[in-house]
Amino acid sequence: MDYLDYVQMTKGQQISYNIKSFFTGIPGAIAGFFQVVANVIKGFFGWIGNGFKGYGQRFSDGDTGTKLSYVIMGAGNMMHKQLGKGLVFLAVEVLYIMYMVNFGMTYVSKIYSDNVTITDSNGVTAVHYGVIGSNTPVYGYDDFGEKTLLNRDNLDTSNNVLLFFVVTLLITIAFFALYIANTKSAYETEQLIKAGKTPMTGIEEIKDYFDERFHVTLLTIPVLGLLAFTVVPIIFTVFIAFTNYTRERIAPGELYWWVGFQNFAEVFNTGSAEQSATFGKILSWTLIWAFFATFSNFILGIILALMINKKEIKFKAFWRTLFIITAAVPQFVTLLLMKMLLGQGTGLNAMMGTTYPFLTDATWAKCTVIIVNIWVGVPFTMLSTSGILMNIPEDLYESARIDGANAVQQFTKITFPYIFFVLTPYLISSFVGNINNFNVIYFLTGGGPESHLYYKSGETDLLVTWLYKLTVSEGDYKLAAVIGIFVFLICAIGSLIAFNMSKASKNEEEFS
Amino acid sequence: MNTTNFQNSPQAGYAAKRKAANTAIYIILAVLGVIWLFPIIWLILTSFDGETGAVTRSLIPTNWSFNNYIKLFVQYETDANGNEVQVAADAMQFPYMQWILNTLFVAVCSCVISTLLVLMVSYTFSRLRFKSRKTFLNMGLILGMFPGFMSMVAVYAIMKVLGLTNSLIGLIIVYSAGAGLGYQVAKGFFDTIPHALDEAAKIDGATRHQIFWQIILPLSKPIIVYTALTTFMGPWGDYIFVSYFMDQNPYGWTVARGLYEMIDNKENINEWFKPFCAGAVIIAIPITTLFLIMQRFYVGGMTGGAVKG
Repeated sequence: MDYLDYVQMTKGQQISYNIKSFFTGIPGAIAGFFQVVANVIKGFFGWIGNGFKGYGQRFSDGDTGTKLSYVIMGAGNMMHKQLGKGLVFLAVEVLYIMYMVNFGMTYVSKIYSDNVTITDSNGVTAVHYGVIGSNTPVYGYDDFGEKTLLNRDNLDTSNNVLLFFVVTLLITIAFFALYIANTKSAYETEQLIKAGKTPMTGIEEIKDYFDERFHVTLLTIPVLGLLAFTVVPIIFTVFIAFTNYTRERIAPGELYWWVGFQNFAEVFNTGSAEQSATFGKILSWTLIWAFFATFSNFILGIILALMINKKEIKFKAFWRTLFIITAAVPQFVTLLLMKMLLGQGTGLNAMMGTTYPFLTDATWAKCTVIIVNIWVGVPFTMLSTSGILMNIPEDLYESARIDGANAVQQFTKITFPYIFFVLTPYLISSFVGNINNFNVIYFLTGGGPESHLYYKSGETDLLVTWLYKLTVSEGDYKLAAVIGIFVFLICAIGSLIAFNMSKASKNEEEFS
Repeated sequence: MNTTNFQNSPQAGYAAKRKAANTAIYIILAVLGVIWLFPIIWLILTSFDGETGAVTRSLIPTNWSFNNYIKLFVQYETDANGNEVQVAADAMQFPYMQWILNTLFVAVCSCVISTLLVLMVSYTFSRLRFKSRKTFLNMGLILGMFPGFMSMVAVYAIMKVLGLTNSLIGLIIVYSAGAGLGYQVAKGFFDTIPHALDEAAKIDGATRHQIFWQIILPLSKPIIVYTALTTFMGPWGDYIFVSYFMDQNPYGWTVARGLYEMIDNKENINEWFKPFCAGAVIIAIPITTLFLIMQRFYVGGMTGGAVKG
């Protein structure tokens, strides 16, 4: 269905179409999510499979040099007039073996150690299985007669063991990729020489990385940065969700161990009564918040943009700047300011001599954050929709005017459906953005007001602010990791709905 | 366009109705403008309030003074003899000047690194075609869906191994290492540069390396400015990572952390709320100016990104 069919429907039909397409979109998006995940996995294994394709064939077809490169990396290249490249491959192999022998293997072997004696902070000693790290801490008495750890310096911390395990995992994958590349390269140069051509020299090869293979050069540093500080942390965090890592287990000797799906079960039902109720409560408030925050901003932002962009309105730049100023001031400043303005004994209450509980009563606070979010967000929506408003095809209005439509009818029949159609992806991505809207909640209410019904959180906490509190102030890292995984799943599904829809609206653009 | 004639066509009361509608819009805009600007005006007025304490009894201060601004840079304490002495430059409770310098350092460094990374990635995905391009794009899409601070604990563990916890270098790495993922807007820009340029240069014997540096980048000033400004402004507003990575020593904080701490604590709020306003005004001026410069890029970038996905 394209835009023309859409505008011809009545308003009621359009709304029901939008709602229907939103909900019918959900299963597709969830399926799409798994499809993308599957594609990535397929791509990854396909990539490996590609490498192995002809792995045996190349070995039996190849000459001595190629065969030798299956054991000694680079041998094939060296014997096929590519000394430099061969040496690089050889160096990779030597470095990898040295890394594994001196470093990597220790951590891989320690990732699941049985029979480790651990004394917890209450002084209870017990033997544990599946522990990350294997050294048993030895306690003794120092010069002052205080109980102390004797082997502190060469003791494992589970954090380091897990971290180096993940790093070793990635290094091993990279090594195998290079290993396969090495056998391919050996075979290809062999074929080249057989065909009577000269293989590239080292210098030509380097030059090639600035021309034909420039993408490799450009992507290396960004990808390494992402691997080290995004991918490794994500894998680490996913692992943490299956351990019992908390702040109590951070000191040397205080190892943590694998607990399977226990943390996931605790979030839903096996934890304390308040703990298992909290996730549902926070999730539903997060969704309610995201819904109101998104639509209030969207509708009011568009109305504001329409008023400012109306043909007869003068001083457009002035009006626009007036509203943009609030968006331009750093968000934490405006939000902390709002917190003071709406505080119990400060700001508005002090000026008017009242005691409205703007941020201290649960219901008030929930309304306040949504209203303040309108103040914070509407200028942004106004900015980003202005461009789209100016792009509405003028002939639509002309024909409407000829048919005698008035301003209100033009808005409800043309402007709004058009914006809704074009901006649905934007709406969904701002919905996802609001699920992750840390700033507004944390700076205004800090998640409060506190309630005994909430586990380590408050009435206005979103999943992300809860995650932040669990990490920074509570040190409940395992639970934070579980929440993080759920936030990811919710955002991923939402983003993929938006992604698929923006593909659709792109096609729509091509028609008009 | 001749639609103007049509609009002004004489219909009974039409013009009058139109005028009334416009007047109504002016009134609504003015009212909204006042509401939107009120907190900002309150911030500026309070920063000049000569009375101490967190409570403002009236919007317009009765005593005007610069004391709140001065207090950010020069602080006094009572010494053992009961005299007012100036606090040494390295022992202040809230060293505002140091925060500005810290933030500036972090912002400049991460701006340079991030801009380079973003340009490299977006250029590659926009102009170069290679075998695993689709796989990389998909992986980028998935990685981008993880909430940024979900894996804070792990990043902290890495920084600890590298010995970079509680250091500004660590913050720079955190802000810029993942910058490659924010390639969409810049990629959208590169997509609009005609491919004929590349091809012409190629025929003249230029390598892709030369095309990137000598042909595409000089044409990309708007997107470089946009990327640089957004990445420069990031550290000024981030509270999450500074609050987790830096310890209680106020000399290592950035502006966002410092200003938050000024009014976070009930003991500080009375003494520090008004200096907080002054501090907020000082950093808001340059950041607001940058944002206003940037907004025309912002409009294009947002809508471009939204439609192109």
